[in-house]
Amino acid sequence: MATVTRGFFGRRRERDPRLPPGQYDARDEWPVLHAEATPRLATDRWTFTVSGLVDRETTWTWDEIHALPRSRYEGDIHCVTTWSKLGMTFDGVSVDTLLDAAGVQPAATHVVAACHTGYTTNLPLADVTGTKAWVVWDADGKPLTTEHGGPARLLVPHLYFWKSAKWVSELRLLDHDEPGFWERNGYHDRGDPWKEQRYQGD
Amino acid sequence: MSTPAGTTHRRTLRWQNARVLSVRDETPTARTYRLLLPEPRRHLAGQHYVLRLTAPDGYSASRSYSVASAPDDTGEIELTVERLVGGEVSEFLHDVVAAGDELEVRGPIGLFFVWPGDRPALLVGGGSGVVPLMAMLRQARLEGRADLLRVLVSARSPDDLYYADELPGDGVRIVWTRSAPPDDPRGAGRMTVDDLALLVRAEQDVYVCGSPAFADAATDRLREAGVPDGVIRVERFGPSG
Repeated sequence: MATVTRGFFGRRRERDPRLPPGQYDARDEWPVLHAEATPRLATDRWTFTVSGLVDRETTWTWDEIHALPRSRYEGDIHCVTTWSKLGMTFDGVSVDTLLDAAGVQPAATHVVAACHTGYTTNLPLADVTGTKAWVVWDADGKPLTTEHGGPARLLVPHLYFWKSAKWVSELRLLDHDEPGFWERNGYHDRGDPWKEQRYQGD
Repeated sequence: MSTPAGTTHRRTLRWQNARVLSVRDETPTARTYRLLLPEPRRHLAGQHYVLRLTAPDGYSASRSYSVASAPDDTGEIELTVERLVGGEVSEFLHDVVAAGDELEVRGPIGLFFVWPGDRPALLVGGGSGVVPLMAMLRQARLEGRADLLRVLVSARSPDDLYYADELPGDGVRIVWTRSAPPDDPRGAGRMTVDDLALLVRAEQDVYVCGSPAFADAATDRLREAGVPDGVIRVERFGPSG
C-alpha cells in the first residue's frame, strides 16, 4: 500500500476517467522517448513485411500499403513513463488487414514487431488482432513526424506505448513468446496500463 | 543488443520508503536529494528510479529520475531533480521536501542506458541530461578508469552547469550554448561536429542524454563525425514535471 507523502495533496484533482492509474494527461505535449538515434527513412524505400508462421510472407511498399482499406483509431495512448494523451486520432491500416493478406497459420500465438532501427517488441497475437492494432502514418490528421515514428509506426493503444513500435518494418509471427528490446531490459512482457504492468514482476 | 552480465532484473521491484538524508543545490533550478534505501540494490551507472508522491486521499503522481551517484555499497543514492515550471512532482520536491522526509521510490530500472564500467565510452549530455552520465563519470573516477570515458556536456551558461565543482577534468569538455566564461576561447554557441570530433574514438559506445531536441541534434552531429547509429544509446528526458 502506498505511503502518504508528508505535505503532498496533488494539484490535478479532476481526474479524467480515461486515465489509467498512475498516468497524467500530457495535454498539448507529446513527449518523445526512444533509446536509439532517430532514423531518417525515405518513403520511396520504405517497406513493411509480415513474415514467420504465415501462408504467404508479404511485403508492401509505401504506395502498396496506402492502397489497402484505411482504418482509423480514435482514442487515448499511454506511455509507461506516466504520460497519457487523450482523444487522439491515428490513420493507417488495421493489422487485421495485413495479417489476412498473409494468412496466419494456426500454430501462431505471438508476434514480434521489428523496426528499421533494429528495435523489437513482442506481443501476444490476440493483442494485435480484432481491431486492436494498426500500422499508422497520420496522427491527428498530419503525417507522423520522424521523432514520433514516421513515416509509419505500429499502434497498439490498449497497451503501454513502447509496444507501439516506431519505424516498424515487420511483424513476425511465432509459435512462442520472444521478449523484445524493452522486455529484455526490465520492462513488463505485456504492458497493460489498466493493470499498471510497467516493469517485470508487476 | 547486449545487456550487462549479471543483472537479470527478474525480481519484482518493490516500492520502498527512502529517507531523505540531505538536499543540496546544484544550480538555481536543480537540486540533489541523497536517499537512504531500506532495501538497497546496487545500481548500474545510467539507471533510474521512479519516485511516487501520494496524497491522503490516495491520489498519486510519479516520475522517473536518474541516479547521479556512482554504484556503491552505501545503501544510499543521489537523485538530481530539475525544477520544471508547473511540474507537479518536481515543484513539490523543491518546495516541500527536506532532510528527514520519506519518499517512496522503486528501482533501479533500465538495462539499456547503462555503462558496464569496463568499455570505452563517449558521454554527451545537455542540461539535466548530465545526471546519468555523472553516475558513469563518478564510477570511472572512483575505480581509476577515467581513461575509459570522454565527456561532452552542453550547458546554457556557467550558472546552469550541474556538478560544476566536480565535473571538469581530463577528457571532459564543456560547451556553453548561451554565455561562456570570459576565459573560454571557444565562446558560446551550439554544439558542433568539431566539438564532438575531438572526442570520437573507434570502438567506443556513445551515450546521449538530454531533451529530445538536444538528443536529435547530438546524434546528427555524431553521424557527421562518423559515428555509426548502432553504437549510440539515447535517453530522452521528457517534459513530464
